[in-house]
Amino acid sequence: MFARGLKRKCVGHEEDVEGALAGLKTVSSYSLQRQSLLDMSLVKLQLCHMLVEPNLCRSVLIANTVRQIQEEMTQDGTWRAVAPQAAERAPLDRLVSTEILCRAAWEQEGAHPASGLGDSHTQGPVSDLCPVTSAQAPRHPQSGAWEMDGPRENRGSFHKSLDQIFETLETKNPSCMEELFSDVDSPYYDLDTVLTGMMGGARPGPCEGLDGLAPATPGPSSSCKSDLGELDHVVEILVET
Amino acid sequence: MTQVNTTSYKTIKLWKISERDKRPEGYNLKEEDGRYRDPTTVTTLRVPVFRPMDLMVEASPRRIFANAHTYHINSISINSDYETYLSADDLRINLWHLEITDRSFNIVDIKPANMEELTEVITAAEFHPNSCNTFVYSSSKGTIRLCDMRASALCDRHSKLFEEPEDPSNRSFFSEIISSISDVKFSHSGRYMMTRDYLSVKIWDLNMENRPVETYQVHEYLRSKLCSLYENDCIFDKFECCWNGSDSVVMTGSYNNFFRMFDRNTKRDITLEASRENNKPRTVLKPRKVCASGKRKKDEISVDSLDFNKKILHTAWHPKENIIAVATTNNLYIFQDKVN
Repeated sequence: MFARGLKRKCVGHEEDVEGALAGLKTVSSYSLQRQSLLDMSLVKLQLCHMLVEPNLCRSVLIANTVRQIQEEMTQDGTWRAVAPQAAERAPLDRLVSTEILCRAAWEQEGAHPASGLGDSHTQGPVSDLCPVTSAQAPRHPQSGAWEMDGPRENRGSFHKSLDQIFETLETKNPSCMEELFSDVDSPYYDLDTVLTGMMGGARPGPCEGLDGLAPATPGPSSSCKSDLGELDHVVEILVET
Repeated sequence: MTQVNTTSYKTIKLWKISERDKRPEGYNLKEEDGRYRDPTTVTTLRVPVFRPMDLMVEASPRRIFANAHTYHINSISINSDYETYLSADDLRINLWHLEITDRSFNIVDIKPANMEELTEVITAAEFHPNSCNTFVYSSSKGTIRLCDMRASALCDRHSKLFEEPEDPSNRSFFSEIISSISDVKFSHSGRYMMTRDYLSVKIWDLNMENRPVETYQVHEYLRSKLCSLYENDCIFDKFECCWNGSDSVVMTGSYNNFFRMFDRNTKRDITLEASRENNKPRTVLKPRKVCASGKRKKDEISVDSLDFNKKILHTAWHPKENIIAVATTNNLYIFQDKVN
């Protein structure tokens, strides 16, 4: 993060740096947990449309939760703007598949300029958070399930957007399901990889609250009891918003 | 003889339930086992009589109302005219006549032209107990709409909208999910209605739309566990609620096979458990208590020990007697008031 040379030079500002880092830790802890909630929700949505008889109410509630998180992330500048093409498509739900899909790829390539939000406004928080979010990148199996060449190519290939999920729920036809699955990369359906990659995998630093997360399984799980204590402080932070 | 409507996702059936505790014996032309007797062997005549037998309950399907729903049916409600009933799925409500199985009328349709714009679904619906033209339906955003079928054929515009403003101090990413209403029930008097959301039961006066008149916390200790309950999907559990015959007590289920009753007059509440281990038949149920935080007293159960797989989603109260039915995952319990 900071080169040795830089540290020695800035001896006088060490306290400031540490203070900033401490502040960064609190902010990034919440951001990580919010991100984790977002990821969990997206997995749930995916699992939803894999069911033979999807539950529309549940899908709608999860999708609304995703939108809420996105809106908040947009407001506090965490949400980096898409390539202009997608930004033209106004409905917020469209942003779900493209934005999240593409973030990991952009981090690997280097942060894109925040075109929609104005550079002067977002430069600070975006660069502050950069180290944190790039630390998340290793959690994805090395270009396995989240394999991508570039943002544009992946739109719609891996992650079905919300509208497609709802359309699936409408038709609910086994043959339809197969059609939807046919163009998805097979690594995606190694759910264990995806889930263990997301949760409980190698997570650096301020993520203690999330270490104990059990892999999400469809349907109620008896592991809830042991998880409750561990997730409490995750919830406290989330609920305090 | 009773009639019961059931639904299995998209098909509605009307069943006749009958009890039989007597059977005829002493036919002249048939043996007891049903074989026909040779008429030439009959020398005397006798009058068949009814003799008692072990009680038998029979359910036979009388009508099948099929294929009017694209989405999962969440409610059926028979009208006070006993001629019509409504069925509700996630996006539509249909009106049926009990005698006509191949046709229904759509009275509410909230499906958007573009499914991408869908943000709210119908979660429950019920006819008013006295006004045969009035019904309500609840939504996943915590609103209840009261509709009058006389206003128009398609009741997309409500007569009344019941919604409580959100409490900003309790706001979280889960606020909307826990506000989703899982059940709505009119009081027997028809003056009030009760709604159940994830953490509470609310009583509404039909004349006041902007907030409920009473709110009862079912398991407020779960509020700090919402993230875990979201993760394991328990937050989507749909609990029902019910009134007693005099509308003075309301009841609903919870986790760990607990169910709760709230007395509207005394403002007292009680938590009871439906389990075979803890209750022998004919013993009085012992009140239970959940310890939310701090030191757990003897006989209290801590939140972390609750079994979230044991949930009581369905409860019912006899319309006249103090007899209740409580359904756990695998068993049905019938309890009654202790006889002094």
